[in-house]
Amino acid sequence: MSEHTVTAFDEDLNFVVAKISEMGGNAESMVARSVKALVTADIGLGQSVVADDKILDALQQEIDDHILLLIAKRQPMAMDLREVVGALRMASDLERIGDLGKNIARRAFQIEDNLPPKKLLRGLQHLTNVSLEQLKDALDAYAAKDVVKAREIWDRDDEIDSLYTSLFRELLTYMMEDPRNITYCTHLLFCAKNIERIGDHVTNLAETIHFMVVGSYDIASED
Amino acid sequence: MDAMNTKRQEDAVNKMVQNEIKMSGKDVCVSYGEKQALFDVNLDIPAKQVTALIGPSGCGKSTFLRCLNRMNDTIDICKVSGDIRLDDQDIYDHDIDVVELRARVGMVFQKPNPFPKSIFENVGYGPKIHGLVRSKSDLEEVVVKSLQRAGLFEEIKDRLHEPGTGLSGGQQQRLCIARAIAVSPEVILMDEPCSALDPIATAKVEELIDELRENYTIVIVTHSMQQAARVSQQTAMFHLGKLVEVDETDTIFTNPSNQKTQDYITGRYG
Amino acid sequence: MTDTTNTYVKTASLEERRSLQKKRYASERKFKYLGLGAILVSLGFLVMLLMTIVGNGIPAFTYNYVKLPIDLTKVDPEKPEKANYGKFVKSAIADAIPYMSDRKGKRLARGLVSGGAAIDVRNQVVGDVSMAGQNADVEVPVSDFADLYLKGLTAKPILTKPDAAIKVSDVEGDVDVTLSAAVFDEFLARVKETISSEASRLNTRMANLQLSLDNQREIAANSQDTLAVESAKKSITSLEAQLAGFKTKFDALIVRRNNTAAREVLDTSMPSLLLKVGGGVVKITEVEGMSAKGEVIIPLEQKEASAGEWQMQEILEAEENRKFSDKEVAVVDRLVAEGRIENRLNTIFFKKGASREPELAGIWGAVVGSFFTMIITLALSFPLGVAAAIYLEEFAPKNKFTSIIEVNINNLAAVPSIVFGLLGLAVFLNFFELPRSAPLVGGMVLALMTLPTIIIASRAALKAVPPSIREAALGVGASKIQAVFHHVLPLAMPGILTGTIIGMAQALGETAPLLMIGMVAFVVDVPAGIFDPATVLPVQIYMWADFPEPGFQQKTAAAIMVLLGFLILMNAIAVLLRKKFERRW
Repeated sequence: MSEHTVTAFDEDLNFVVAKISEMGGNAESMVARSVKALVTADIGLGQSVVADDKILDALQQEIDDHILLLIAKRQPMAMDLREVVGALRMASDLERIGDLGKNIARRAFQIEDNLPPKKLLRGLQHLTNVSLEQLKDALDAYAAKDVVKAREIWDRDDEIDSLYTSLFRELLTYMMEDPRNITYCTHLLFCAKNIERIGDHVTNLAETIHFMVVGSYDIASED
Repeated sequence: MDAMNTKRQEDAVNKMVQNEIKMSGKDVCVSYGEKQALFDVNLDIPAKQVTALIGPSGCGKSTFLRCLNRMNDTIDICKVSGDIRLDDQDIYDHDIDVVELRARVGMVFQKPNPFPKSIFENVGYGPKIHGLVRSKSDLEEVVVKSLQRAGLFEEIKDRLHEPGTGLSGGQQQRLCIARAIAVSPEVILMDEPCSALDPIATAKVEELIDELRENYTIVIVTHSMQQAARVSQQTAMFHLGKLVEVDETDTIFTNPSNQKTQDYITGRYG
Repeated sequence: MTDTTNTYVKTASLEERRSLQKKRYASERKFKYLGLGAILVSLGFLVMLLMTIVGNGIPAFTYNYVKLPIDLTKVDPEKPEKANYGKFVKSAIADAIPYMSDRKGKRLARGLVSGGAAIDVRNQVVGDVSMAGQNADVEVPVSDFADLYLKGLTAKPILTKPDAAIKVSDVEGDVDVTLSAAVFDEFLARVKETISSEASRLNTRMANLQLSLDNQREIAANSQDTLAVESAKKSITSLEAQLAGFKTKFDALIVRRNNTAAREVLDTSMPSLLLKVGGGVVKITEVEGMSAKGEVIIPLEQKEASAGEWQMQEILEAEENRKFSDKEVAVVDRLVAEGRIENRLNTIFFKKGASREPELAGIWGAVVGSFFTMIITLALSFPLGVAAAIYLEEFAPKNKFTSIIEVNINNLAAVPSIVFGLLGLAVFLNFFELPRSAPLVGGMVLALMTLPTIIIASRAALKAVPPSIREAALGVGASKIQAVFHHVLPLAMPGILTGTIIGMAQALGETAPLLMIGMVAFVVDVPAGIFDPATVLPVQIYMWADFPEPGFQQKTAAAIMVLLGFLILMNAIAVLLRKKFERRW
């Protein structure tokens, strides 16, 4: 892609890309740490995640302001316009991902010491890993403006959904086996739901990337 | 991606076929002496819509516009070939009267150019020379109606007999538009009508263009991408004398299919 | 980005740049003052020119008339034009100036009245028949020299009332004058001064003669060429004779100059002294401190007068150097004293055609001739020029043929005007056999000369109309002709008119081409139409400037003023037209 006649325009767009990547990195680490805090009942780690959410919010604010100014100053057209609008959407998706991470971390405070058996946690950790992998891929696809990769991510969302369904059933079984597990399993259930929501946001990211590059949200119809 | 674009182009063309085609150019080539300015332009102009012609300076968009009412005839060395039709009639045909053609295809120019006469005379001149009015009261009616349509009447109704050159730039341009519509044209050509106006006057003229769309077919050349996006329904992109892309305006400005168009409208040109 | 800031070339220091700037401002100032100076110099010349012309011309607008008691009793009111007015005027002059009774005196008296007086009287009587059969005081113009004298342009007499009593020996003929005091001393000194300057002039001439004499002597002594020696010898003898003659004169002058108290004989090369005593005039021929010899010009009534009752009139300009003799001065002064002479507007100058007599010559014939000529010029060149300009500017295809025409038109503007005169002579007079000297032909020739100016100015004016106006007109469906005549031409009109009037002003001042077609002919009658022989203002000026009579010099200046007046009028019209056409918008 050739450069703009006005180089400052390019700099503005690059700044947005860098900030989105930074947000993405932050959100990813927040989710990873929050799940770890939950499974290890590490209150300190959970608190750090809650604190990080403020940073993420500030980043989103910064991106919003920057884009507002950019639209006012440069009146972007066509792909630039899509990129800017996409960046706004991505920032809000990433902020939501961060919020979900914060929610997970908050649950770590309530679990305290009564840790469930390891095998209960394994399914959740798998779900988390797959989601984080998706998020990471989405951020890569964004950086490379890679439509193919974005579609792969979108396709893989079903995998997360099925993992979530099986985890749901597993936790339900535990709860029925032993009513003492109910409290803890409910927390895990909400946590899994949050991670599934993260997966949905990642799908949104993929769709946004597709829109940025191709100009349509219709990611599924291109077969 | 290419397959996708062609498909989209076809969709756009199909959509346009639904609208009646008012003017059409087929294989239009224009040359000034040795220098060729337009290469095989094929462009349909749908009726009662605004078609914007965009492109960098010297791309031939104004040349094409001036072919549509044969304003290029005044330049000795200008040669036009190909086929330009108005309601399926070749306007370069021998038995076409240029004067009558220009009454049917009016023009508004880049710089507001009212005659150095009164506002009334400015608007009344066209109807008078074309014999459109029989009496003085008819003429008055035509003038008032044209000024009203141009959204100028309320502002200047007490000054009808003052010189048109005494108006502000925006008012002058609307006066020129009133002058153009006074001869009841079918098509109005506008050659960068707002390039000499301030934003407020520009906004007023754009509003006017939007209103005129109901009754007239409008072709507008503009350098302002935003203006093209705002006022037009179809946009044609010219580059180096060639028609690069033509599509619905909404598509052109969000997701153009041609790289040249993309570069031009996003400010990557040159 | 960053390296561009570092690649600034090390430039001159602030001080160096400041001194450069100072120099720049100084040169700007110098240029400004130079321009101002140029304007002032040219203004100065203009003022000088105008002052000279106005100073010379103003006197010609008035003229002196003498009132003569003419006996018109013998004029038949039925046929007033048949009477012998010459005789009437002659006897009237004799009546008005009775003291000039001898033949010479009568001729002198008649010379003071215009030679056209008889015709003038006849015209007056024919114009007003009631004058016939009566004795009437009729005003007739004085002769041109009398007029010049009255306007103070030939000699300026100095009048004094000496503080001494006077006694004249007789009332007429040669007389002796004795005074009670030596009031003539001052005049005598002035006479000696004249002698002295005459002597020094003689001295210079002698020195020059001596030089050429030496030269010839050297040739005679050294030349090998016998022929040259011969001719040199001849000139030596003649030069020596001349020199001897001058020497005697010079010596005599020196003697006269040095002898300050001696009685001096006044010849015509000396200042004149007239005494106005007891109702008469004595012209002094020999003068001393307290006494003089003289000749009575106008007979005296009293032989004596006390101090303050008589006047002494000195005329420093020697009589031989002026065209107005002492006697004429005396008579004209007498007529003035009698109240017979009146200075009023010179109606002849404004109403009459040309004449050989300066006092009868008028400008009207030339003005009318100019008017007819200009009408023809305008009627031919304006429509033709504007039409040509419109065609070339708006309709003609741009090709080699039209560009050749363009170049030729531009060159035509630079052709010397006399060439157009030759063309007129060859084509209009010889080929078409149109009348000579007629305003018709003059106008045609001037139209040819003016055409390129009008075409060029009109084309420039048309070109200056913004193309947007043409586009606007074409855009609403006007045809090319409509666009030009409805919109372009009205806008170009001020420029076209200015160009036309400049061309007309140029034509109005043109002489040379008209000389070729015979408009320089001496035409007395005021032309009544475009086929009558006529002359025009500049040609009239040219002719008058050529006439030797001093009366015509004033007329020339006055005619120039009239011409300038017309030019200013035309330019004013140009400005007004411009304003009028421009004010519309």
